[in-house]
Amino acid sequence: MPFLMGNTLNVWSQAIASFQPMGLPLGLVILAAIPLVFIALYSLTYGVYGERKISAFMQDRLGPMEVGKWGILQTLADILKLIQKEDIVPTNADKFLFVIGPGVLFVGSFLAYAVLPFSPAFIGANLNVGLFYAIGIVALEVVGILAAGWGSNNKWSLYGAVRSVAQIVSYEIPAAIALLCGAMMAGTLDMQKITMLQSGSLGFAHFYLFQSPIAWLPFLIYFIASLAEVNRAPFDIPEAESELVAGYFTEYSGMKFAVIFLAEYGSMFMVSAIISIVFLGGWNSPLPNIGSFALNDLTSGPAWGAFWLIMKGFFFIFVQMWLRWTLPRLRVDQLMYLCWKVLTPFAFVSFVLTAIWEIYVP
Amino acid sequence: MSNLTYTVIFYLFAAITVFSAGFVVFSRNVIYSAFSLLFTFFGAAALYVFLSADFIAVTQVVVYVGGILVLILFGVMFTNSIMQSKPKSDIINIVPGILLLAAIIGALLFTFYTSHSWMPSETTLQGSIVQRIGFETMSRYVLPFEMASILLLAALIGAAYLARFEKPGNNEH
Repeated sequence: MPFLMGNTLNVWSQAIASFQPMGLPLGLVILAAIPLVFIALYSLTYGVYGERKISAFMQDRLGPMEVGKWGILQTLADILKLIQKEDIVPTNADKFLFVIGPGVLFVGSFLAYAVLPFSPAFIGANLNVGLFYAIGIVALEVVGILAAGWGSNNKWSLYGAVRSVAQIVSYEIPAAIALLCGAMMAGTLDMQKITMLQSGSLGFAHFYLFQSPIAWLPFLIYFIASLAEVNRAPFDIPEAESELVAGYFTEYSGMKFAVIFLAEYGSMFMVSAIISIVFLGGWNSPLPNIGSFALNDLTSGPAWGAFWLIMKGFFFIFVQMWLRWTLPRLRVDQLMYLCWKVLTPFAFVSFVLTAIWEIYVP
Repeated sequence: MSNLTYTVIFYLFAAITVFSAGFVVFSRNVIYSAFSLLFTFFGAAALYVFLSADFIAVTQVVVYVGGILVLILFGVMFTNSIMQSKPKSDIINIVPGILLLAAIIGALLFTFYTSHSWMPSETTLQGSIVQRIGFETMSRYVLPFEMASILLLAALIGAAYLARFEKPGNNEH
């Protein structure tokens, strides 16, 4: 099948984008809908069900077991319940901000999917500033959180929103510097090019993580900072149940609550995909060619590319869940200490070392 | 995409920018003004994309939405009495205001229509814009770039000094 095996870059997305019945750019709408469907499917299956099962395993429980075999249909039942719920808006809430808050939040987490190369044949928009865009567009999420927190007219919500924004704005700095190290190794901000530069017959040995001994430092810094950016434990003080009920979404119920959760799972995959693309080769197969047995060539291609990127993303999401059920929550001052006095200086050190390595080591 | 689609999308973004900017100015609720600024900034970023300056567009989003808008929202939300007290927003000095507005808009339109049309660059752009910006910042404009960074560092240190709780002079009480 040439459609599945084509070697030209971005064939799938260009084929979809050029679909224009009656001159209407319908293909572009379909192109944008594909990541949306992906987020919905993955958060339904791996996100919610997987997290409940993994947390149950960590705590020596069974997790959902009632609906379907091993509780596999539990999430569908939950969705049906959420759809039927009454849409409650508190009387004293700011109606407009309360309603648009979750929407802005979800759009913020969804916009970065435009530049994620899901496969050599598929990327939403092949920007030459892709990585910069992916870091910067998170700003919209911050505004969505503030709208939700302020609009709820609730002290817990406002405190949660303020904590969350302070945390995201602070951790953006080490995260951006760490990703800059990856961009410096590639010499480009184009996500598709960054991925292509890491391909080769030796598989994982071409990934930037294994290309220089320094790359481990920005990799770890970005992973820690990305946990804080998506408000996951041990940095989940914006929704700390023991202090703030549920943080900025205390007042939300029904589908609005579901949208906020979808946004959280959306940004979890987004940061996992970004770390896989910059440091772990994105859609490249990690398997090397062994002698005459071309294992790397066999496991490369458009469809395999999508498989590898999604699997790498899922691996990091698993680590995020694992940490959530293992580590205790940080205090606010510890959080800021970690960001400004530990991660940021180390990010600068790794930045300088990467620059020296790139200039003097061939 | 056809030309018509481009035109439609352009006017859509232009309308979003203008209407949200108008809402920022005319709304009597400070919070709504601040949130409306979000759409103005995004509309402006979209207009940059139409000028094929995508680096500037993303920088616009990072600096204005991620930095300035969040700062404004924080400032507004931490001002406790902002929703109780009525901010003074009466319409005063109508005649001088309109005269000033008409003069400024007239002058701008006059220069716009009498001056030359767009001046295309003599050299066409080759390769990626980001690369070009990077080279120029690190070679021809390296002095202004470094001066800006020193200024920002000084501002950072000053802000950290002002925000400290224990000032050396405050110890006696």
